[in-house]
Parts: sequence; structure tokens; C-alpha cells
Amino acid sequence: MKRAAFTHRWIPILLLVPQIAIIGIFFYWPAIHALRSSFYLQDPFGFGETFVGMSNYLSLFKSAAYGRAAIFTVGFTLIVTFLSLGIALLLAVKADKVLRGAKTYRTLLMWVYAVAPPVAGVMGVIMFNQSWGPLSDFFKSLGWDFVLGVHYYDTAFAMVLIAVWKQIPVNFIFFLSGLQSIPKSVREAAMIDNPSAAGRFWDVTFPLLAPTGFFLLITNITYSLFDTFGIIDTVVKGEPGNNPMTLVYKVYVDGFRGNDLGGSSAQSVILMVLVLAMTVVQFRLVERRIHYT
Amino acid sequence: MRSIYISIVRRFFRCRRNHFCVLFVGEDLTGEASMKRLSILSAAAISLMASSATAQTEITWWHAMGGALGDTVNQIATDFNASQTEYQITPVFKGTYEEALTAGIAAFRAGEQPNILQVFDAGAATVIGAKGATIPVQDLLTENGADFDINDYISGVRYFFADSDEKMIGMPFNSSSPIMYYNVNAMEAAGVEAPKTWEEFETVTAPALAEAGYIPLAQSHSPWIFVENFMSRHNLPFATNDNGYKGTDTKILANTPELKMHWSHVKDWLDAGYYAYYGAAWGDNQTPFEEGKVAIWLGSSGSFGGLAQMDLPFEFSATYLPYWEAVTTEPTQTFIGGAALFAMSGKSAEENKATAAFFEFLTSPEVQYMWHKETGYVPITTAAYEMAKADGYYDRAPAAEVGIQQLSLPAGENTKGYRMGFYVQIRDVMNREIGRILGGETSVDDGFAAIETEGNDLLAKFAQTQSQ
Repeated sequence: MKRAAFTHRWIPILLLVPQIAIIGIFFYWPAIHALRSSFYLQDPFGFGETFVGMSNYLSLFKSAAYGRAAIFTVGFTLIVTFLSLGIALLLAVKADKVLRGAKTYRTLLMWVYAVAPPVAGVMGVIMFNQSWGPLSDFFKSLGWDFVLGVHYYDTAFAMVLIAVWKQIPVNFIFFLSGLQSIPKSVREAAMIDNPSAAGRFWDVTFPLLAPTGFFLLITNITYSLFDTFGIIDTVVKGEPGNNPMTLVYKVYVDGFRGNDLGGSSAQSVILMVLVLAMTVVQFRLVERRIHYT
Repeated sequence: MRSIYISIVRRFFRCRRNHFCVLFVGEDLTGEASMKRLSILSAAAISLMASSATAQTEITWWHAMGGALGDTVNQIATDFNASQTEYQITPVFKGTYEEALTAGIAAFRAGEQPNILQVFDAGAATVIGAKGATIPVQDLLTENGADFDINDYISGVRYFFADSDEKMIGMPFNSSSPIMYYNVNAMEAAGVEAPKTWEEFETVTAPALAEAGYIPLAQSHSPWIFVENFMSRHNLPFATNDNGYKGTDTKILANTPELKMHWSHVKDWLDAGYYAYYGAAWGDNQTPFEEGKVAIWLGSSGSFGGLAQMDLPFEFSATYLPYWEAVTTEPTQTFIGGAALFAMSGKSAEENKATAAFFEFLTSPEVQYMWHKETGYVPITTAAYEMAKADGYYDRAPAAEVGIQQLSLPAGENTKGYRMGFYVQIRDVMNREIGRILGGETSVDDGFAAIETEGNDLLAKFAQTQSQ
């Protein structure tokens, strides 16, 4: 272990100041504001406010719409995370065996990752256009009366599809490099012990991929919860209607569209607590079972 | 970076009430700050060049008029700037109605508000409730020596953006009303006339149109057309407290037998193939009409300009919104939709004078007539309406007159408008429950009970934001 030594006491402090200032200004200060606003009802223009205690929180727990959004968010996050990790892993394992042209594959797949979520959403909306969308037409030809923006589950399906499509590439790249960093000697040893490819995968490869997998699990859950905002916003075309929406999108709808600052602050405080809890659980429980080399 | 993406996509995609898709055409992405700088620079250049260096007063106008409407707005601003030398107005497009309101509020809280902010019908309670945020347009005009008489405005637009004392707070700049557009060729093919009542639609028009291979009916804004204007067309109260004008302890009257009767029929029409629902977005419901699949489409009188410019494969016309004979035999006028211009407070007397001068210019018959002709929004003053008539405009385009005629139908005690806080959210609740009713996820009774409960919760919350 190397030790860095500073001759003056204030140099490390000086070096830390920019980072602390950024965290303070862009995270703690707004967070404290949100926490405070969540106990008030405020005139949008800022002329008056009333302290309402826990009432903003209580009305959320009573709200059927909030409940539906919460259930959708959980389902959406689980499905998107599972599918984008699962499909990417499958693709990576298969691509690992093909080494010729691997670089071209990687570059081509990276392109999709460079697509911003709202743009992915727009592409989805075009593919699922009610009157001439190729994917809508395809589903209709299979006898599925697919109508985006009208049928709740059709819209949810489109959101999941777009979100997964956009996330597979980054997972693929990480899994592929994870696979390629597994030492050849380990694989060869496994080959002698176990002739079944599937068995070798679950006994040797999968555990060795665990650090990558854990990292991706966290980033994918965060992605499904927060980064899919742009996709959802473009798919619902700004009119929430009876479309499915995630909790993050609901914060925006109620606060920025509906001008209810108190209610929307309460929602973001709930999300803050959830993320905090999730992080603790992930690092305390899951991380223990994973070995980093 | 992401915010730029979002704004591009938004502008590209949003289909809004009162007009067709807003297309993204060379929107100024650098924002109003640089625009301001630019206009300051050009103003400086002009004053340098001019031999008599007169200082111009500059004002800004935030609006939500995209696409062709935005071009007309820019034209009006250019004309105003050219019409005199003292004032310079800069219009800035701020996205959808909701986004323009939110941007205006955020700017006001930061002390950076524009001189003029366009606020739509659903935001009326928010902006009018915040006394001190705006200068009532009536006061602004009178104080700056302009002639103001509320009776110069056509009756349908006078009081929607007024306070409980009937003082005009917002200038009803782009006023529209929901009207019934129909495909003339389809009507002829089916051998029917445009229906006057919903009874006629149900028993005569819809079966014949369905027989002729058309989807008889669609409409683009369920809360606006089939809830709010259902109330005004039948002169039914929409909220307690004189439709919410007198105080904030208001209750919404959305769970009424008449309204539920209407929606039960709409659901039956949907099941029978007489009605089609393409979601909550405006454009998705207008497109099938433009494609000739839907025979009757309920939209905004402000949609006229766009439809007329389009090369539709059929002839279209328009008439009044039908009514239920079972509810009333004396149908009344409808509410206006669209938006009003509000003069924001906290500006210098000099700038307020410029704003007043612009409002005067804007309400002149010539400008109103031009706006009416280009967009389809109604002319808001009687003088402008007379000018359009004298010019023979309605002989050439009879459908363009339907909106203003419908707004000039007999008034009732419930037809001047409504005033409810957090109304953007109440509309979202309506859209959600209506979508669920039409999708079979809930019943008409449960859906409207939910609208009433959640609407009243939101109104109670809004009342709390207003008590200081």
C-alpha cells in the first residue's frame, strides 16, 4: 500500500473543495429544499405557502394512481433489467466464441448505446405508429390488435421493448470483456473436469462474471428507474392519459406539468429514500457473495 | 446535452390542442438569452446608425405557438415593430402550453419574467390566483391611456380570463371553441346530413356512416370537448361557487347523471363501431380524419387554418357541436379554449407602456382579422368580426365562421367559463379515467366518481396553496 504525503495540511482540503462544493450545491442543497417543500403546499408563483405536515405523503399513499405507477415501476424495472442483462449475456457468450470481426461487432453494437433515450423513444413511436408503424402492422398481422397509447399493456410493452433495445449494447460490451478476461487456464481446467458446456458456464464462467454482473445489475436498475424518463416522455407524447408511467415520470408530471410543488417534492423524497435503501441492501447483502480478484 | 435532446424531440413531436403537429423548424436552440443579446445588439446598431438616437423600449413575449402558428406570431411582432419606432417586441417560443406556463412561473420566481406570458385555459386559475404576478390587462390599458371597453369583445370571450368582478385579467389572444368537422364526401356517400343532436347521430348518422364503411366519429380532447364544453353546451354547472369564479373552496360537478349518460353512450358507440379513440394525444385522433377513415371529427375552430392548408383527399366542412335533446331543448354557447396573454408584473412603467401599446395593436381589427384568417382562431372583437364579414371572408370559407357563431349563441348562467386550480392535473385525471373507461378497465360510474374525488382533492390542495 502506497501512502501519499502532503507537506501542508490545507492542500488536500483545497483539492477536495471543488468536489464537495459540487455535491453540496447540486445534491444536498436541492435535496434539503425538496425535503422542506414536501411538508408545504405552495402557490406556484411563490406568493403563499401553507404548512401541511405529512399530508402530501398521506395523499400519495391513498392515491390509486400513485399505487399503479409504483406497481408499474417495480414490474418495469424487473423486466427491463432481467431482459437486458439476460439477452446481453446470451449474445456475449455466443460472440465470445466468434473472434473474427469481433471489433466490428463491438463498434456496431456501441452505436445503439450512443442513442439518447428520447431519440430511442421517438424511433419507437415511429415503429409503433398507430396507422403505419411497421411493428404495429407486424403485430396486427399476427392477430394482436396493437394500439400504442390506447391499450395500457401495449404501451407498456413498447416501453419495455425500447428500453431493453437501448440497454443491451452496453451490457453486451461489459459481459464480453468480462468473458475475455477469464484466464484461459481456468477454462481449460474446467474443460477437463466437466464436458458439458452449460455445466461449465454455470459452475465456472458465471461466478467469475459476477463482479461484472453485479456492477451491471446496479447500473441497469438505475437505468430502468431513472434514465428511461426520455423514453416514457416521448412514448406518451406529453399526454399522460391512462398510459403507464414510472414514479420518476410522475414526479415530473405532477410537479412540472401540474405545478404541484409540494406533492411532487414528497414523491421525490420517497424516491430518494428508496434509492438509499436499495443501495444499502445491494452493497450489504449482494456484494458479500461476490469475489473481486 | 440531454435537455437539448429533450427539447428537440419535444418540439418535433408534440401534437397539441388547437392545431396540428408542431413541426421543428429551425427552432432557436441557443435560448432567449442569446436572442435578447442579439436584439440588443441590433437595437444598438440601429441606434448608432440612426441620426436621431432614440432609445427603444424592448419587451419580450413568451408563447407556445409552434409551427405555422409561430410564423404568424412572428409576423405580428415584425409588423408591430415596423408600425412604430418607440418599442421593440421579441417573441420567444417556449414549447407546449404546459411548458410555457412552467417556464413563466420559474422565470417569475427568479425575477426574470417576460413582459408578456401566454397562458392557456387550464392554467387560468393558477395565473389569475397569483395576484401580484400579473397586471390585469384592463388596468394596464386604462392606465396607459388606451380606450378599453369590455363590450368591444365578442360575448363568448369576454369573461373566461376575467376575475369574479368581471374585470379582464388576461387578453384572450387565441380563442377557439370545439366544433364539429365533417367529411362532406362521406356524408353524401352515406346519404346523411351533419347531425344536430346526439340522438340524431346515434340513430341516423352513425349507422349510415358505418354502413358506408366509415368510422363515424372521433374527437381530439375528451376533457375539453366531452366534459367542459358538454357542460356549457347544455348550460349545466361545472363547479360550485359559480363555476369556481367566486372563491377557491370549489367542488367540481363531474359526477353528474347527464355527463355519465353521455359517456355511457360514447362507450356504447365505441363498442358498436360508431366511435374511435386513438389515445389522449391531439394529433393521433385528428390523423384518421385527415386520412378519410373517420367521417366526423370534433376539434378546435383553431384547427381550421391547418386543415384548409392541407391537401385533403376530400371536401370538409364544419358546424356546431351537437347536443342531447334529452338534456336540453335550448342549447347554449360553448366555452372558449386556447390561451390568453398576461402582462407580468415587476416591470418598469416604460416597458408596461410598450406592452399596452402592443396589446392595442394586437386587438386592432386589421391584426385580429389577419390572425383569424391565417389560423382559424376567432376574431376577439366585434369590429374585427364585422371586418371579416364585410370582406366577404365567410362567403368564401363558411366553415371559418362556425367557431365565432357558436360562441355567439345564447349564453346561460353557466357558459362564461370555469375557474379551477390545479386544472392541468384535473384534466390529466379526466384523460386517465376516460381512457380506462373506454379500455374497459373501469365503469362509467366508477370512473366519474374517481374524477370527482380526485378533482376535489386537487381543488382542496389548491385552496391551501392560496391561503397565505
